[in-house]
Amino acid sequence: MEGNLNLTLKIWRQKNTQTAGKFETYQVSGISTDMSFLEMIDVLNNRLIEEGDDPVAFDHDCREGICGMCSMYINGRPHGPNRGVTTCQLHMRSFKDGETITVEPWRASAFPVIKDLVVNRSAFDRIIAAGGFISVNTGNAQDANNLPINKDNADDAFAAAACIGCGACVAACKNASAMLFTSAKISQLALLPQGQIEAATRAQAMVAQMDEEGFGACSNTGACEAECPKGISIENIARMNREYFSATFSSK
Amino acid sequence: MAWLTKSFNSSLGKKLLMAITGLFLISFLIVHCGLNATIFLNDGGVAFNEGAEFMGTNPVIRTMEIVLFAGLLLHIFDGLRLWLDNKKKRPVAYAVVDGSANSKWYSRSMGLLGTLLLLFLIIHLKHFWYFSRLTDDLTEAHTLYNEMQIVFQSPIVVIIYVLGCISLGYHLLHGFQSAFQSLGWNHPKYSPTIKTIGAVYAVVISATFASMPIAFYFHLIH
Repeated sequence: MEGNLNLTLKIWRQKNTQTAGKFETYQVSGISTDMSFLEMIDVLNNRLIEEGDDPVAFDHDCREGICGMCSMYINGRPHGPNRGVTTCQLHMRSFKDGETITVEPWRASAFPVIKDLVVNRSAFDRIIAAGGFISVNTGNAQDANNLPINKDNADDAFAAAACIGCGACVAACKNASAMLFTSAKISQLALLPQGQIEAATRAQAMVAQMDEEGFGACSNTGACEAECPKGISIENIARMNREYFSATFSSK
Repeated sequence: MAWLTKSFNSSLGKKLLMAITGLFLISFLIVHCGLNATIFLNDGGVAFNEGAEFMGTNPVIRTMEIVLFAGLLLHIFDGLRLWLDNKKKRPVAYAVVDGSANSKWYSRSMGLLGTLLLLFLIIHLKHFWYFSRLTDDLTEAHTLYNEMQIVFQSPIVVIIYVLGCISLGYHLLHGFQSAFQSLGWNHPKYSPTIKTIGAVYAVVISATFASMPIAFYFHLIH
């Protein structure tokens, strides 16, 4: 069809965590520019299944840019060439006819590949479990207006809470660092009065877990912030540093 | 004190140490650059030699010289440790990386720029620190200023110094503002100013230093 794309795909294929992977090259033709990137992979997978081959495994869920599952490192960038979007919100009109597209999984020792483009991001869950919680009374929720909260703090906490835990920050970082994720999860609680009870121990516990999971340190390149589909700011990393150091010197 | 070493060995603590030692070295460069800039008074090195004499004999300055070397070694040790740690975090490299799409090349190359700076520093210390502190060659007839005049007659030396200053400029361009971020000093009111000061500082310091060997080589100062 007129205006449709013929593309060469270089996709990382890896049987499981234990075996080494390699790139396979596929040709796809007649790709509509209105398709999302995931729909383009669906077209390829339909063909692979019909031909009796193993389809490309990839994570996806909501396909509306809010769940953060669709981890794909496309042409050297997490979630491809556009800013502020996940892979499902990346459309084929962002590519040119005849282009070669390289698709890789997130690469980090803390994110082992499960199969093809699917990585295990449960390290993030363990970082949250280490300290990303607050103490609340059981029973009915209290009246919301009982707790006055500064508008700027509420806005910043909400902006930090927009993190969907997709791992693009880790994928983009030259050190595979999880600072942006961890700092967002610390900030959304540290900024609110409800988060003060555990404030002294939260940053220490979550940073310790982050280090134990094997994420790197921060070089302040700002790549994470630039690639984050939710626009999480590295101001959160500075806040985490403050929380961590003040906890270091003030905790018992 | 286990809590302190534990904190400084965490990923955040290593960066804090990098920032503190980095800012200390940044403060040293102001003194070093300011003192050396007196050569542009074109007074035959009188002011410069007076300053060098003070720096070489004042007990407080001599003590700070030891602190300076300690700070420099800590900065190098910590940088090396971070580089080795970070390298392990991505065992399988990406086939395609579009780094320029999301960050500046010099922010991703601090280890490389630091290594170039270290190589330059070894040459630089051999030229002037070794001459003035560890030999008896420094006399009233052969001052540190005279030594600069002699050393900078070699075009190769001048080129090495200019390249060293370019490495320094880019290292500072990222390092200055990065240190404040590592310390947790990121604030919408102050951060733009810090970034501007950092950029001006990096350009002024590296350009002033680079102009010194060039000025001597072309006999612009006597």
